[in-house]
Amino acid sequence: MSAKTISILQLYPRDMNIYGDYGNALVLKRRLEWYGYDVRLLAYNQGDTFPANVDIIVGGGGQDSGQNKIKADLISIAPKLHQLADDGVPMLMICGLYQLFGEFFKTSSGDIIEGIGLLDVQTYGSTERLIGNIIIESDEFGEIIGYENHSGQTQLGATALPLGAVRLGAGNNMIDGHEGARYKNVIGSYLHGSLLPKNPRVADFLITVAITRKYGTFKHKSLDDQFAHQARKVAATRPR
Amino acid sequence: MSKPYVTILGKAVRGLTKLRGGGTAFPGLFVERIDPNFIKSTLASLPEGVVVISGTNGKTTTTKMVVELLESQGLKVFTNRTGSNFTRGVAAALLGEIDLRGRLHADIAVLELDEAHAVHFVRTIAPRYSLILNVMRDQLDRFGEIDATTKLLKTIAQATTGTVVLNREDSRVARIHESLDTQHVSYFGLSDDLLPTFPSDDNLHGGKQHDKRPVAEVILKSFADTQATFSMSGQDISTHLKLNGIYNVFNAAAALALVRSIVGEHIDQPALITALSNVTPAFGRGESFMVDGQPIELILVKNPSGFRLGLQSFDPTGYATMIAINDNYADGRDMSWLWDVDFATLGSEGVEQVSGIRAYDMALRLQYDDIPMDSVMPHIPAALKQFLRENTDKPKRIYCTYTAMLTIRKRLGKITHVESIG
Repeated sequence: MSAKTISILQLYPRDMNIYGDYGNALVLKRRLEWYGYDVRLLAYNQGDTFPANVDIIVGGGGQDSGQNKIKADLISIAPKLHQLADDGVPMLMICGLYQLFGEFFKTSSGDIIEGIGLLDVQTYGSTERLIGNIIIESDEFGEIIGYENHSGQTQLGATALPLGAVRLGAGNNMIDGHEGARYKNVIGSYLHGSLLPKNPRVADFLITVAITRKYGTFKHKSLDDQFAHQARKVAATRPR
Repeated sequence: MSKPYVTILGKAVRGLTKLRGGGTAFPGLFVERIDPNFIKSTLASLPEGVVVISGTNGKTTTTKMVVELLESQGLKVFTNRTGSNFTRGVAAALLGEIDLRGRLHADIAVLELDEAHAVHFVRTIAPRYSLILNVMRDQLDRFGEIDATTKLLKTIAQATTGTVVLNREDSRVARIHESLDTQHVSYFGLSDDLLPTFPSDDNLHGGKQHDKRPVAEVILKSFADTQATFSMSGQDISTHLKLNGIYNVFNAAAALALVRSIVGEHIDQPALITALSNVTPAFGRGESFMVDGQPIELILVKNPSGFRLGLQSFDPTGYATMIAINDNYADGRDMSWLWDVDFATLGSEGVEQVSGIRAYDMALRLQYDDIPMDSVMPHIPAALKQFLRENTDKPKRIYCTYTAMLTIRKRLGKITHVESIG
């Protein structure tokens, strides 16, 4: 049987892959396989040739040193990423890459790291670290459960939509009560955990968009998500 | 308050806490509050000074090794061997060792200190020697990021007055030497053949191995089963070890390098090697017990690199495996780290029991690696009972986080002899 193939691209896994963000790529890969698709799991690191025919893009968090290593390269592939996002390619950007998909990151010492402006958000470094379990409520995905660990405080611009409203934890910043940002099929978020394993609805959104874009339709057979549901239940009862 | 008073009060609190069966750090906290200079004034009198051992992985077993190696050289050693490695854990340990006049009868203190707490400690008491083991992603929700942890370890090295021993194969640790000026620096390391077996944090995440490496005082050249060969100042020494797991064997190279720096040229090499071959792992770091005529091994896991090395070290063939994951404060609340561990090696035998507060997070992780599971049961005592009952004829292995291990040890203590840790 010649199965249909979906390509997942991990953005900068060498320098921007902290706190288990690999789990997001793994969950997409395995679920696609369980749905009967072949998967190409690709990596793009600075200096590589940007691969053609990418169906889903995922990116993670990093140290300050990691962000410094990739920032120039990210600017160089910005036109490509803008084009893919405008074409509707689903993307999930966590923490550090969420920040750099925004307009800029201004560090607490006043340096400005330019972002690619794909999301209408701006991030300001602070001395306070926002750490702990987090639960948000999204109209599209219901309750999203994860773990946040960041010192950047992100402000949404006029055109940005948040991913959800914070029920437990901090989210984008300590004041506004929202978390993450959306643009077309791009999701930016601070949630580690990893995000996708305990939030299969978000995983299936990315998968459904990717398959529908490429093959027109996606017949959804249901997967066994009982461990995810149980893990969500427990996580929701844990202290911050 | 005068020192004898503080000592007697502290000892009394320690006695009461022991009766209650409680934590190791509480009496230390008590003394710390009453006399903040208690640790400093007590340790300052030691003729050979203070040794601080820090890093994210393997502190407890390495400290135990260093202590036993120094004792083989005739030194009387004070250590915080209860595994409560915060400053007040040191105070609590001191209370158990000093006489009623507050005197500590020891030549040298060897202290295992958590990197964040070590920074406070060295501000008060400058160590004569320090050993920096590694920087792995560990309890990140407590300390922030890996670069911040490196800074903490650098501060410890800079506060050291004599020799700093560094891991040559961990680029973040090896680079600490650039920030030192007056200290003597010594390295431990691996032969080129073994390098790929011990991925550093960067290697785990796709980084390249750094190529220029300084000369190391002690090198782990090779090991197979329980036989290890170390190269010390160019001389090869082979010995049997009672340590489980390749990471413990690498720690032995660290301990040898440190002890050689402390003892110097008059070292009694045969006594050193005999002591090394007799070292057993510290509390929870590859301990084993007998239950119903079958061994049961406890392996502490607390971060992705440690878990990976554990899975790599222990062949699951023929073993029944249980994993218990808690997310209490001491374990770290974040479950993200489970996604940085590859569980494929457990695929052939499967996992008999998954337990702990975050049992379902662990089960979810195993599901995505296609690892068969027999049972998922968050309540640890019930899960352990079933695990023992259904695998009576097999050797067993339990991977567990810190607080899960405490519960398991306590339960095992009721059915078998468990060595006291207090």
